[in-house]
Amino acid sequence: MAGAVATLDARADTASKFEANPATRDSPWVKFVVIGLGVTYFVIFLLLPLVAVFAEAFRKGIQTYFEALIEPDALSAIRLTLLAAALSVPLNLVFGVAAAWAIAKFQFPGKNLLITLIDLPFSVSPVVAGLIYMLVFGLQGWFGPWLRDHDIKIIFAVPGIVLATIFVTFPFIARELIPLMQSQGKDEEEAAISLGASGLQTFWRVTIPNVKWALLYGVILCNARAMGEFGAVSVVSGHIRGETNTMPLHVEILYNEYQFSAAFAVASLLALLALVTLLLKNYVEWRARHTVSEEIA
Amino acid sequence: MARTINKRVLPGFGLSLGFTLVYLSLIVLIPLSAVFFKTASMTPEQFWQAVASPRVVASYKLTFGASLLAAAINAVFGLLLAWGLTRYTFPGRKIVDALIDLPFALPTAVAGIALTAIYAKNGWIGSLLEPFGIQIAFGPPGVLVALTFIGLPFVVRTVQPILEDLETEYEEAAASLGANRWQAFQRVVFPALFPALLTGFALAFARAVGEYGSVIFIAGNIPMVSEITPLIIITKLEQFDYKGATAVASVMLVISFFLLLIVNGLQAWTARRTGRTV
Repeated sequence: MAGAVATLDARADTASKFEANPATRDSPWVKFVVIGLGVTYFVIFLLLPLVAVFAEAFRKGIQTYFEALIEPDALSAIRLTLLAAALSVPLNLVFGVAAAWAIAKFQFPGKNLLITLIDLPFSVSPVVAGLIYMLVFGLQGWFGPWLRDHDIKIIFAVPGIVLATIFVTFPFIARELIPLMQSQGKDEEEAAISLGASGLQTFWRVTIPNVKWALLYGVILCNARAMGEFGAVSVVSGHIRGETNTMPLHVEILYNEYQFSAAFAVASLLALLALVTLLLKNYVEWRARHTVSEEIA
Repeated sequence: MARTINKRVLPGFGLSLGFTLVYLSLIVLIPLSAVFFKTASMTPEQFWQAVASPRVVASYKLTFGASLLAAAINAVFGLLLAWGLTRYTFPGRKIVDALIDLPFALPTAVAGIALTAIYAKNGWIGSLLEPFGIQIAFGPPGVLVALTFIGLPFVVRTVQPILEDLETEYEEAAASLGANRWQAFQRVVFPALFPALLTGFALAFARAVGEYGSVIFIAGNIPMVSEITPLIIITKLEQFDYKGATAVASVMLVISFFLLLIVNGLQAWTARRTGRTV
């Protein structure tokens, strides 16, 4: 799954082309069965869970819904979730740009290994992602005793949550930028430099405009994952209400206390975030495609 | 070496690569290495006891079995959906296409409680199945449902671009040589899709193996029956059995690395076959 924006092309809609051609047109009943089965699967596995979140959230009325959202523990969970995303997204953005610059614009040995290692956090279970920071910063871990002596809390505190979030969202922006910048090559940048532009000018005026949609796409997906991460954060959080609870963890606590309506109310905010993410993602894909087709024309 | 450095026109190589390596090491590589250092401090007997006790082995069977089955279900329906979305026009197609990525965007805990609400005895689907004595939530079938949900986009999104790119000439040639549509699909289209399909399957499987958030709500988490391996790690941590948790984590990590290599190989194969990266 290389960068989505990098693999976009101008031919966005091929369905009508296939349907117009007798050699690629399927019989109406094949079409009916394929769409019927596909859409049924889609409704049962995707649409129903989404609808269920909102149905359950409003089951006890709109007042219960809003009470669950303005309750102090919920507000503090929202704040912590925003903080974790506000720290992890920019850090991974800087990393993604730096990694893509090095990989796409220069030749060096071990490049493929580096690309594989950048993807590594995607294949690590979120629970293991949390565990590794326990082993480094936990009381039993490498730096545990030193941190305790200096009264610094990382595990069961906000820094641990931020670290775990950075880990699980690590590859998002880099993997969008690397394939796109590799396919663009370095001719434009070299032209700018030879015309007398400085390195920074070249970067801001040539490189960034060329990759802005891929960049935005990566940021959107990175942010969604940062705000929604559960497993990794759950391990390092300690679940202290009002202090180290993010929104997904708050959902879990409410759910386990049988406060279903409140749990689904907070969950509905996260579901809204997911919908906004998909909307923005489709907009960016559309814009990126538009830009590509303009360039081809 | 000196010659290549002289040929570099663009600045910032040392800075960008240096930052990349330092950040990668601090956030990913050094913390991950802690798993292996911790595991190495255990005696072989301790390690074996932690990773091969009956309860842990039962969790491997459930995790890998359900992940394999979920990936297989998604391979079939993902191919069907990708085909429907690229080959046919129908009302609502854009919405279906846009919502396919929902499992990527929806936090796993939200997916978990929503699926539980639907498949519990009094839920929308659970109440329909109850008269037939079928129980999905709070047992192994619940694990399968959750893993199917989170793996759904992978096959669709790997197969879709290949299908869009497939030139109509191949199927025209097949038709002009007298092949019917099924033969054309089977002999011409399917072989072209196969590497991407396998890649999507492997990605869905790899994701399912490590999944935690969406599963724990619906699984019921009964030891030996519906307990997944990531939950075993959490349980051991809560009992302050750090060594045991790390040992099981090391097993999962080795399997993840192995799956990552397979996926990379499959992606290279797809790229060679279709000239397109997925």
